[in-house]
Amino acid sequence: MEYMPEFRTARPATMAEAVAIKAAEPGARFLAGGTDLVPNIRRGIVAPPTVIDLAGIAEMRGIEPLAGGLRIGAAVTLAELAAHERVRTAYGGLAQAAGGVAANTHREVATVGGNLCLDTRCVFYNQSEWWRRANDYCLKSKGEVCHVAPKGDHCFAAFSGDLAPALLVIGAEVEIIAPKGSRVVPLGAIYQDDGIDYLLLEADEMIAAVRLPALAEGFRTGYAKSHVRSAIDFPLAGVAVGLRREGKAIAELRIALTGTNSMPLAIEGTEGLTGGPPDEAMLEGLDALIGRQIQPMSSTFSPPGYRRRVVAKLTRSMIRALYLGG
Amino acid sequence: MIMAKSILSLVLNNRRRDHAVADNMLLIDYLREVCGLTGTKMGCDGGECGACTVLVDDRPRLSCISLAHSVAGRRVETIEGALSDGRMSRLQRGFHEKLGSQCGYCTPGQIMAAEGLLRRNPNPDDDEIRQGLSGNICRCTGYVKIIESVRSAIEEAAP
Repeated sequence: MEYMPEFRTARPATMAEAVAIKAAEPGARFLAGGTDLVPNIRRGIVAPPTVIDLAGIAEMRGIEPLAGGLRIGAAVTLAELAAHERVRTAYGGLAQAAGGVAANTHREVATVGGNLCLDTRCVFYNQSEWWRRANDYCLKSKGEVCHVAPKGDHCFAAFSGDLAPALLVIGAEVEIIAPKGSRVVPLGAIYQDDGIDYLLLEADEMIAAVRLPALAEGFRTGYAKSHVRSAIDFPLAGVAVGLRREGKAIAELRIALTGTNSMPLAIEGTEGLTGGPPDEAMLEGLDALIGRQIQPMSSTFSPPGYRRRVVAKLTRSMIRALYLGG
Repeated sequence: MIMAKSILSLVLNNRRRDHAVADNMLLIDYLREVCGLTGTKMGCDGGECGACTVLVDDRPRLSCISLAHSVAGRRVETIEGALSDGRMSRLQRGFHEKLGSQCGYCTPGQIMAAEGLLRRNPNPDDDEIRQGLSGNICRCTGYVKIIESVRSAIEEAAP
């Protein structure tokens, strides 16, 4: 990798200070655990003149009860989240997602906010400056052609964060802070399916916290993913499922995916699959529903067709496990 | 742009240190180039292999993707701090006696990650050892000897 480029570090003590710095200098980047941003700086993918270090902001840490659910500060680490008793018992899928990110050493510093804003990834993008220059760069950074889809004008880098799908199936909201005030929106509203502009946050906005709602009695969640090695690697595809059973029927079903598109994808139309048990006819309907909405591209070393099969298999087995789970 | 340096104060291997350090300096470069502690190794160079693992307030940290200033006011330990009075630590003895180290390049990171594991869980089972070392890649041993080395250190500590 390259030597670190020069930058200045700002060390705000409050969130208001942090977003004020960002408003004055839109090219600055927020730094929390650094597990995503620092390698990208070292690869020359991003070169912020200023890095805004969020480590000194106490109000971004901590997990508190809120309206029957939980409020999770954006600077809570993935290790803290995965180990939190209430998260483990009430939001099992979220604990599994947090506990499965990268390896334990990354989870010690990587944060909730960082994982939600994780830069989209591609084999043509997450490479050294030398490698990318030899390949005439790419559409996402400094280049003009997307090597994944050379005839298109769109970047297909994949969103690979594990927390977002687990949060989407429980209907989580995010608190966003900016100098002009704060707003609370459903998590899905901050993403769009564009590998370059995947985040719908203004330049002066920052995620302050995530709000988890109280879940309906019997609504169970799970998260599973496929990756080359069971630690360190980003997911080839990840599946979060939320399911509530009434008698022999699935009464409620929500599915969200990561690794398949440039945003975490909440599958639409799952209510059409409820009302009966997860029999073969239902599962075939499920495969078709998901197959129409996902768009894995050749942005990883595993081919798109394989990732399609992995998504179908993971979703089927997760639904069966949650259905049978009591 | 001229990079201003600011004072970084920390406790490194039980010794108070104060150095003028630039904002963009990585923790591994600070340890190796400013402090001369070359036991910590740069492997993949991007947070993917664990060779650069050190302890920060008893928890494992990847020094190649951490900024030096991120450990201001903290307690940092490297492989050099594992020795006491010239004697190897129990984990170092474990890796030595059970052949947990072959080429040796990943070993400082393996030992620091294992040390972090044993401090929060003094008696891990084999699965917990695998989990605790899951961020540390070794291309020589096949990991069996590394697990045995950690187990040996745990057994040495047991009365």
